[in-house]
Amino acid sequence: MSTVPGGSAPAVGGPDDDARAAVDRAHRDDWATVLATTVRTARDLDLAEECVQEAYAAALDSWPRDGVPRNPAAWLTTVARRRALDAIRREQAFRVRMPLLVEAPDSVDPHDPAELATAEPDGLADVGAPDDLLRLVFLCCHPALAQEAQLALTLRLVCGLATPDVARTLLVSETTMAARITRAKKKIATARIPFRTPRTADLPERLPAVLGVVHLLFTAGHTAPSGPTLVRGDVAERALGLARRLHRLMPDEPEVGGLLALALATDARRATRVDDAGRLVRLEDQDRSRWDRAALAEADALVVAALRSGRAGRYTLQAAIASLYAGAPTYAETDWPQLVTLYDRLLELWPSPVVALNRAVPLAEVRGPAVALAEVEALALDPQLERYPYLPAVRADLLRRLDRPDDAAAAYREALALTANEAERTFLAERLSQCEPTRRN
Amino acid sequence: MAQYAILIFDDPTAGDYTPEQQEASKRYADDLVASGAMVTAFALHGADTATSLRSDLVTDGPFVDTKEVVAGFYVVEAADLDAALDLARANPAVAWGRGGLEVRPVGGSFTPAAR
Repeated sequence: MSTVPGGSAPAVGGPDDDARAAVDRAHRDDWATVLATTVRTARDLDLAEECVQEAYAAALDSWPRDGVPRNPAAWLTTVARRRALDAIRREQAFRVRMPLLVEAPDSVDPHDPAELATAEPDGLADVGAPDDLLRLVFLCCHPALAQEAQLALTLRLVCGLATPDVARTLLVSETTMAARITRAKKKIATARIPFRTPRTADLPERLPAVLGVVHLLFTAGHTAPSGPTLVRGDVAERALGLARRLHRLMPDEPEVGGLLALALATDARRATRVDDAGRLVRLEDQDRSRWDRAALAEADALVVAALRSGRAGRYTLQAAIASLYAGAPTYAETDWPQLVTLYDRLLELWPSPVVALNRAVPLAEVRGPAVALAEVEALALDPQLERYPYLPAVRADLLRRLDRPDDAAAAYREALALTANEAERTFLAERLSQCEPTRRN
Repeated sequence: MAQYAILIFDDPTAGDYTPEQQEASKRYADDLVASGAMVTAFALHGADTATSLRSDLVTDGPFVDTKEVVAGFYVVEAADLDAALDLARANPAVAWGRGGLEVRPVGGSFTPAAR
């Protein structure tokens, strides 16, 4: 993915490459905080983005010559804010602006010449204040924006992805994505969606959107909705990084910890979910010795802490389920009854037919495939699952275990017709072929 | 500060407001006036009294044929969208399950000078 303008590193090492590497690193680690703080000065998303991009370009020019500054984020923020102030001074008289972002009272009002005259970015302290980053996240995930716009803005502004990369990540065309981002920015300015952290009282209402965006992003990376590969590691890593950052910013919100745990516990198995040929490997056939134990341990600790808070939500329970699945020494030794209990709790909190379908898997182990099949067949009537490929896939597996190969084959065919991911299609086709030879004609 | 129009959508088949609901609505409006947030407000007669124009075609009824129709609108002054949504959320009609509110930033306004 292209990160920094002109940032393709030459093959040989040297001071230039060190500086370039430092710029790349600063782009990956600090983009969001530099932008968030610059937004507070610029009070205009486009202007802030422009200035931050210029600051990174300036770094590419100056760091190889003058050395990498001790605090790269502070350096970049100072340059970006100075440019924002310059631009405002220059264009104040004639520029037709979008309405300014509404914002916390401690900011410079770019429309007040008296304030502008004295405002110098070096004098504006708290570079990279964590609050700024949270403001940016909550702005991107404001409920007044459609979720597809929230996703796009988060990738663009918080993750610092260029629009073509955002388009690729979310599997839409560049023109569609550019239009979507422009429209969202226009709404932020026109409807005056504030650049502000929500009041604590509003967090229960505002946090789910943020968590939903990160979760959706992670899911999109974990199992690509379509395309040749099952996992898109770069997307999953962005989401994991975001979850980690949010957890650092809001350590007392159990669901943030729950989401991070869910991402960690799922991602810990990434290397084993497909074989060397890119074919899907089922959980029961995965090589457990290759799972990332450190990530699983971290997830486990987060789950325990979130459960202990007494405010465990759906992400914590999902993480507890993922963690329990991963914690068993072998698939056969999985604690199935405990899984059913966790799914029951999750269903109470989040009555989703998808959750009910996932519950059928441990249920088949505890009470047998016939009981599970009855539940899955009842779920098939739910219109929400009408085109959900995992439903016929789960049904097919249960039918296969009940020694009904004809019905299983029909269900595998149904699942194949609904699946667009190539790795999953190959797996289903193989299962289908295993059912077909036994057919009595 | 900015102005936001709040459009009230209501399901007319749900019948008239009860006296308690009318009283609650009045209290809400009074509060908005007392706080200085209310700019202007209009209640409209029922959608069955509406007449629509398309090109030169005149038809009976509201412009868009939906279950909920615009029953009135008011304009409030608020610092930002969150503040406007807070004001809208305080409208007791939101909780009555017979419609809802749409909040739109005002792009401009015009009132002819009194003669």
